[in-house]
Amino acid sequence: MKYLKTITLELNSQKCIGCRMCLEVCPHQVFGFENKKAFIKNKDQCMECGACDKNCPVHAISAGKGVGCAAAVINGMLRKTEPSCDCGNGNGGCCG
Amino acid sequence: MKLEIKKIEPLLPPVGNEQWIEGSVSTKIGKVGKIKTKLDWKDTLGGFKVRWGMNRMNYRIEPGIYAAGNPSPDSPVLVSANYKLTFDILRKNLSGIDAWVLILDTKGVNVWCAAGKGTFGTKELVNRIKKVHLEKIVSHNTLILPQLGAVGVSAFETAKKSGFKVVYGPVRADDLSEYLKNGLQKTEKMSRVFFHLKDRLAVVPIELVGTKKIFIILSALCVLFELISTQVFGAAFWKDYALFMGGILSGAVLTPILLPLIPFRSFALKGFLMGTIWVSFFTYFFLPHLPLPFAADFLLTASVSSYLAVNFTGATTFTSLSGVKKELKIGLPLMLGGFGIGIILKLLIRLLVLS
Repeated sequence: MKYLKTITLELNSQKCIGCRMCLEVCPHQVFGFENKKAFIKNKDQCMECGACDKNCPVHAISAGKGVGCAAAVINGMLRKTEPSCDCGNGNGGCCG
Repeated sequence: MKLEIKKIEPLLPPVGNEQWIEGSVSTKIGKVGKIKTKLDWKDTLGGFKVRWGMNRMNYRIEPGIYAAGNPSPDSPVLVSANYKLTFDILRKNLSGIDAWVLILDTKGVNVWCAAGKGTFGTKELVNRIKKVHLEKIVSHNTLILPQLGAVGVSAFETAKKSGFKVVYGPVRADDLSEYLKNGLQKTEKMSRVFFHLKDRLAVVPIELVGTKKIFIILSALCVLFELISTQVFGAAFWKDYALFMGGILSGAVLTPILLPLIPFRSFALKGFLMGTIWVSFFTYFFLPHLPLPFAADFLLTASVSSYLAVNFTGATTFTSLSGVKKELKIGLPLMLGGFGIGIILKLLIRLLVLS
């Protein structure tokens, strides 16, 4: 299943050191590997979870990280903050 | 002479008398609770309840170190979240495996969501390693994390701060045994996230529970429409009611179930389409074929279905933040507008025509 083509994922191949960490953590096999470097193979499959971004030791990836959840986005709109899963009940739960 | 007793969590006897603990395993620094790898009816019942939203925010276990099987200092360390449903899925897949299980405090939220929120994160991981004195329990320095934990944990930062090397294992716990047998090699299937029918069905109950606000609003509207028309709680009321409840079901149940079969990538459009099909079907068979009443019913029902379908994005495994933002930016005003105009039309029709 594919979602909208709005994906913000970017990879700076000049910085890439070919450690393959992004290939390892990506849940949708967005990355490929060629000439000792990673490249973006299936941008369309990206869900901006940010795992690659978080685990890239040379900060070569930016993924516009966040949860693709309407309730969280609406929550953020209402409170004028970033999208948030918290209902403000303080215990870090999720609204579901 | 004073004996120094270092508390490690959960030192036996464990914090409560959890029914899923059986005995203990000795380590250099004390006894560690041994977990059962078979679920019993209490676990099943608890899992069923949280799927329906009952006690969901408080279904947690004590964070700390646990043992599965009879682990030695060489046994692997598996890291997970303290949501009991997550923990149960993990432990039922640990039968026949000797391992240490390090449970982080994710406030009772599953690994992926907690990683997104940062509670399943580098900081908590590093702290928890220190708190349980992991370096005294195991003789190696490798941690196996669920792959989806990578959203919140940075492997290189963890290594820098704790000396432990993070390896990202399979996405699902049921691949763990094969993964460990293969010498920590993942197949493509192990590292991929899916959203099969059974995964979608598992989240349908909580979607349904999540519609309660809209359910109340629509029920109140049905009563309102009825009060201003001539006959009270007659056929028109029940038809309104059936139509709107069908709108809820098409957005929150039918759209998730049929997801890959419905055209469009946008969830708002998927839900809109399902709502439109429902209102057309219902009107064709049960309502007079009149343009204005149909327009009112259509606007109300399709908006509700579309809104609920967009809300399902949070339960999926493939929607992106940028995409959801775009859907809401364009869709939300249309949904609210359609809903509002639908209500006004319906009120006018009932007032003027007294249908």
